[in-house]
Amino acid sequence: MTAVLAGETLGARVRWAVTDALTVAGRDVAHWRRQPAAVLVGALFPVLLLLMFTYLLGGGMVVPGGGDYRDFLVPGMLALSMVFGVEATMTAVVTDTARGITDRFRSLPMAPSAVVAGRCLADMASSAVGLVVLMLAALAIGWRPAGVVPTLAAVGLLLLLRLAFLWIGICLGLLARDPSMVVAVQILVWPFAFLSNAFVAASSMPGWLSTIAEWNPVAGTVTAVRELLGAPVDTAGGWATDHAMTLAVVWPMVLTAVFAVLSVRRFQGLSR
Amino acid sequence: MTGAISIQGLAKRYGEKVVLDGMDLQVARRSVCALLGPNGAGKTTAVRVMTTLVRPDGGTVQVAGFDVRRHPREVRRRIGLVGQQPAVDDVLGARQNLVLFARLHHLDRRAAGVRADELLAQVGLLDTGSTPVRDFSGGMRRRLDIAAGLVLAPEVLFLDEPTTGLDPAGRRDVWEAIRALVARGTSVLLTTQYLEEAEQLADDVCVLDGGRVVARGTPGELTAAVGGDRLELVVADPRRAQEAVLLAERAAGSAPGSAPPGTGERVVVPVARRHGVVGAVVRALDEAGIAVDDVVLRPTTLDEAYLRITGRDDERAEVSA
Repeated sequence: MTAVLAGETLGARVRWAVTDALTVAGRDVAHWRRQPAAVLVGALFPVLLLLMFTYLLGGGMVVPGGGDYRDFLVPGMLALSMVFGVEATMTAVVTDTARGITDRFRSLPMAPSAVVAGRCLADMASSAVGLVVLMLAALAIGWRPAGVVPTLAAVGLLLLLRLAFLWIGICLGLLARDPSMVVAVQILVWPFAFLSNAFVAASSMPGWLSTIAEWNPVAGTVTAVRELLGAPVDTAGGWATDHAMTLAVVWPMVLTAVFAVLSVRRFQGLSR
Repeated sequence: MTGAISIQGLAKRYGEKVVLDGMDLQVARRSVCALLGPNGAGKTTAVRVMTTLVRPDGGTVQVAGFDVRRHPREVRRRIGLVGQQPAVDDVLGARQNLVLFARLHHLDRRAAGVRADELLAQVGLLDTGSTPVRDFSGGMRRRLDIAAGLVLAPEVLFLDEPTTGLDPAGRRDVWEAIRALVARGTSVLLTTQYLEEAEQLADDVCVLDGGRVVARGTPGELTAAVGGDRLELVVADPRRAQEAVLLAERAAGSAPGSAPPGTGERVVVPVARRHGVVGAVVRALDEAGIAVDDVVLRPTTLDEAYLRITGRDDERAEVSA
């Protein structure tokens, strides 16, 4: 019996952890193949928002520095589409937990980390595809980014933001225990989105609201992406706006660290 | 060779609530043990401890020869778990589900496909093709769930209320699948609320109540321990049922108050000796002027034995009163 245990080297463990994570992520790929309509709706929703804000509300928007609202909006929408990903992650986690699939995984001899690692891989992949779709839509309505390298840097910051909201989604999914709780998050994500600089300049809001909007965890990413892509930037902002690039890195990393720890605790707590 | 399951003094509490309170259990290899008990008796918690999903607070738990606390991975390699609700992916088809779980058991792609087809044949789902599981009937879903618990031909299979919520046909399907497994040498621990299920499938029955095992034995031993036969009467006038109980108990030679509370016009009396008891009881009731519509002398059911053992026969009367 000890021979069986000794046969499992660290290398083998790591290899299985990776293989298992890919297998778990592969399940999501199979879902996408079977439900292309759901994937399409998910990817097109941010596109719809982009079109609505550009053509229906854009005419009345004041852009800081007097640039084009479309160019101001696209970075905001890109960042928000990463935030909206929290709903998909939470739904997947809470559904698996409520249906007993998480427990089935936990009763298998697979690497325990693969349950969460697979979720990460699948959601990051689908968000990357979503970003591409949204950027193509933006290109179609005349948006032009500054260049290849700044665009790739912007995509990096956006995916970092997605990672933060991925862990928030996992944590909420483990806490919720009931899929109907997702609706609450779907509603709350809106005041969160509007209380940021994604749609309008934070400095256009009254006093303390503008401070909150500026310190919103997505605000740093939004401003940093605007800077990278050569879009109009809020010049009347405070410290947070001036240090957007720092916040675009620090905020997601802090959120990821906090919620990853909470999630791992919660996940281990399942066996209590 | 150790038994399939060996539990000594298993304790588990959640805060102030004691769920398992010194549970002992032995399940021999190649046997089927049914864990019975009312809701809240601790059945599911016990299964979750045995399947490494929940850590015990005290006691020792060995499954397939390995300690669940010290060697959870070794235990996981040797068990299959079929939980209370089908834990399969609704969006995928039956084969896709089984391939997924086989891959997570570390079979390579080809072996996983072969194993999935074997399992589909075994539970009679080969012809479902790519139909998503959400379009399956309850019985089909259950059978797939059981197949998912069998990927590596487990040494010990845990079934937590495998037929809850199924129609009679679905239940029979699942029973057949379980019997086929046992014939291949799998040890099974099953929890159930259906006494008939325990009678149909189990070699041994273990009654769990208040976190402890309060009775154990073969179904026959349990019914025998509670008392051999029952005389069941239907009196014409329900208002005289109480009176009929007292008379019948005396005529049947059983102790006063030994009859479980009946329902309405139905009176059930334990019988000490079969010989002549039907005539004696009917005569006694006839003399008292109580008309009897029906009389049956039958063996005690496992249901009655179970209710007596768990002390639930009084509660049932309160519900029906």
